[in-house]
Amino acid sequence: MRIYALMALLFFSITSISQNCNNSLSGKVIDLHDGSALAGAMIIIAGTEQTVFTGSDGRFTLPELCNKTYAIQISHPYCLTNGYKVKVEGNTNKIFYLEHHLEELNEIVLKGHAQNHKLNTVSENKLSKEKIEQFSNGSLGDALNSLSGVSSLNTGSTVVKPIINGLHSSRVVLINNGVRMEDQEWGVEHAPNLDINTAENITLIKGAGAIQYSGDAIAGVIITEPEKIFIKDSLYGKTIVSASSNGRGSTITSKLTKSNDNGWFGTLQGTLKRYGDFEAPDYVLSNTGTFERNASFRFGLNRFNYGIEGYYSFYKNEIGILLASHIGGAEDQVRAINSDVPLVINDFTYTIDYPKQDITHHLARVKAFKKLDGIGKISLQYDFQQNHRLEYDIRVGDDADTPSLDLVLKTHTLLLDVNSKLSENTTLKSGIMARYQDNFADPSTGVRRLIPDYEKYELGIYGISSFQINDNWLAEAGARFDYTYMDVYKFYRTSFWEERNYDELFPEIVVEEYDNQILTNPQYNFYNVSGTLGTTYTFDNDYKLFFNYSLASRVPNPSELFSEGLHHSASRIELGDLQFTSEIAHKISLTLEKNGDVFGFSAQPFINNINDFIVIEPTEVEQTIRGNFQVWEYRQTNAQLLGLDVDAYYAFTNNFKFKHQFSLVKGYDRDEGGPLISMPPVNTTNEITYENVKANNLKLALQSEFVFRQNEYPNNNFEVYIAESETWELVDVSTPPDAYHLLNFRSSMDFKVNQKSNLTLGLNVTNLLNTRYRNYLNSLRYYADDLGRNFLFNLKFNY
Amino acid sequence: MKTIKALSLSVLASIALASCSNDDDTPEIVNEEEVITTMTVTLTPDDDSDVVTLQTRDLDGDGSDDPVITISGPLSSGTTYDGVIVLLNETEDPAEDITEEVEEESDEHQFFYTISSELDVTTEYANYDDDGNPLGTEFTLTAGEVSSGTITFTLRHEPTKPNDGIDDAGGETDILATFSVSVE
Repeated sequence: MRIYALMALLFFSITSISQNCNNSLSGKVIDLHDGSALAGAMIIIAGTEQTVFTGSDGRFTLPELCNKTYAIQISHPYCLTNGYKVKVEGNTNKIFYLEHHLEELNEIVLKGHAQNHKLNTVSENKLSKEKIEQFSNGSLGDALNSLSGVSSLNTGSTVVKPIINGLHSSRVVLINNGVRMEDQEWGVEHAPNLDINTAENITLIKGAGAIQYSGDAIAGVIITEPEKIFIKDSLYGKTIVSASSNGRGSTITSKLTKSNDNGWFGTLQGTLKRYGDFEAPDYVLSNTGTFERNASFRFGLNRFNYGIEGYYSFYKNEIGILLASHIGGAEDQVRAINSDVPLVINDFTYTIDYPKQDITHHLARVKAFKKLDGIGKISLQYDFQQNHRLEYDIRVGDDADTPSLDLVLKTHTLLLDVNSKLSENTTLKSGIMARYQDNFADPSTGVRRLIPDYEKYELGIYGISSFQINDNWLAEAGARFDYTYMDVYKFYRTSFWEERNYDELFPEIVVEEYDNQILTNPQYNFYNVSGTLGTTYTFDNDYKLFFNYSLASRVPNPSELFSEGLHHSASRIELGDLQFTSEIAHKISLTLEKNGDVFGFSAQPFINNINDFIVIEPTEVEQTIRGNFQVWEYRQTNAQLLGLDVDAYYAFTNNFKFKHQFSLVKGYDRDEGGPLISMPPVNTTNEITYENVKANNLKLALQSEFVFRQNEYPNNNFEVYIAESETWELVDVSTPPDAYHLLNFRSSMDFKVNQKSNLTLGLNVTNLLNTRYRNYLNSLRYYADDLGRNFLFNLKFNY
Repeated sequence: MKTIKALSLSVLASIALASCSNDDDTPEIVNEEEVITTMTVTLTPDDDSDVVTLQTRDLDGDGSDDPVITISGPLSSGTTYDGVIVLLNETEDPAEDITEEVEEESDEHQFFYTISSELDVTTEYANYDDDGNPLGTEFTLTAGEVSSGTITFTLRHEPTKPNDGIDDAGGETDILATFSVSVE
């Protein structure tokens, strides 16, 4: 690749005839990211091939130059080689910035510098390839859970949604392979519909600062990226097989890549997961199996200054939902909550029965980029997603095999991004986004639509600029504007329509009146502004201080606006409000980070003030023919979240390392006072690892995970009359479970098979002591214990 | 470059195809199919006293209106009644008889009758599933001494069968209705 750059330069530069010139070009070569001097960089003048190297201070001098424009090339072992045109007038001084990336040597990728550092003024958390492979059998949520500040909102053990600094669902934006996932993410029991094995690295940005992706990531942005493919003739792949004792199942994932030195490449990948009922320490968790099938295909052409790439992925997952969680009203809830064991325990089976979810997600993307002199890198991307979500309940008669929920969400997005370098120390990322979305709820379910049919149009425009003030300081600022138009067709129950007074407030949106339902056509226009402002200070070589303020605005999601009925799996009636406005969040985050060889840490305090925060909380108990149900209504309030995430490591010797993580978050309703619901409890993870490269790269790790009891929670308990006992019983839906402590063990060894292949064998044990526990953030905690001990055997074959 | 052009053309074509979704006019209304809006318990006496009906009716399902409960009159002391339960979905026209579905899946359903302690009434199952376990859409009710209290009817879906009564039956509640009645 360096040769290409050089050749290009050779073509472009006209051989210069040596003159008797006495001017010089001197300057300094600096790492674009942290401003440090780059020693040993090679500077070549095209044509004359005059060559010098930078000294330890990054400085160089090229003597005997004329007053004219020279084409020079700067290369460094750990950097992308870059060509520059420099006009020499007298003795000229100039600073050059190179992109310094050890591990990305020789890469040519379909992305610019912008994506290597998504945001300069918030410390990014990353999951490496090795870490992702550890979670090959799990989900994205499981993997992210291993980062400080991230918890997960679970429905059982297979529906895992990331919570970032206390917030989740619509407030988390997931960028999968450059595509914003649109997969009904508003639902608390809707896990991200992607195969973790398609990701080579995962970056988490807490907060909404990364506005090039979206303006509404009040919690944060998760970015999964595929493997970077080298420009050389090669055929390689890997296969990971993992078998678990708990769930008695396994995952097989395989990937094969062909690359060429002419820039063309292709990758084929697939994953198969099959698990039966999982088990708690004392019993089988009936109907919790999963069956997941994924495949993806990627191909493209990479050249130095242009490239094109196509990507398609298919995801299908069938997830059983704990049978014991399928209950009627409050009277059933009392029975279920008060029972120590699940109300239904059957023998182990692989069969996934009702209730279950069956989801299919297609994602297709084409992207092209071109580097233009004087403008920078221009990328154009179109993506299409189709999400088909089927949810089956236990139904009777002819409807037994008909889903209760059948949603098809189609999303088309067009993105145009430009990454430019305005000057040696100023970069600008800018772009526009257009999106069209269509949600269709199939009426043949025979169940009233949970969310209505709608069409949504979005238009966004952003600009974000970073400025290297000097060697130590970097400043960053950006702004984004989003326009959203929604055209909705919603059926309301006449009783609800009138009770809410909508008949007087919005008579103009009524389309048609039926016996006991009303068809309405609400239309919305949202104009949202978001922005980011921050600075990074580097000092004492390995210390860094980040400061960032971000402003985020989020359009209410369809369930917040339109819910109006029984939420079966939560055994409650949920009511939205069609008058909601956008949520506006102001987040300030600070990070102090030290990256030393022996000791390092990062401490990240934050405060997030959210205006018009949409919460759901119980308001009354509704009588129905099926018994009593608690009614939960969405409302808007002002909320505040505060927290601290700490990471630290210490290397006792070359082999022994200690790692520590601590996360704390507190959330309050500042209008009505009191804590917010479902805030992650304080938790800390401590790990001792032993690594010995000489002994087949032996790795051993013992991890302790301590989760405190959540002591701050809103009390939403209520009482219900039980006819059998003729008593009023408390329905305790609020009290968090006790603190718990889990021990996990991990081990692996590498074996060389031949010149090109190697094998890694691993044995992991989670919940080593088979501890009984319930997790506050698992919605099935009322009904059953969490997972018991699991032995996991891993085999990875690289070839 | 040719390949790129061909590629981009095919992409454009696929965009065009994908965006050609049929523009529906207005969406179709969903009338809940298996909703039970109405339960009517008809108690026919074995003597010349009045037929007693107990009814709960909730036309908006889990909507904001509460069920309307009607009780035609008191039970007559010393009388034995034949009880028949009829379940209807009245959101459909004509109303759908859900009792048939329950009786077809009799092994997956069971009615329970819970009598409050102050009420002197006893009940007995009068119909059974194929395994001989109670179903309870038909029953007999005997009114004892003059008293008043409540009768609660509970229909459980997928209970444990056989069982010793509602306490160990499990399953999911499909119907739960309480009537205040008196024996005169």
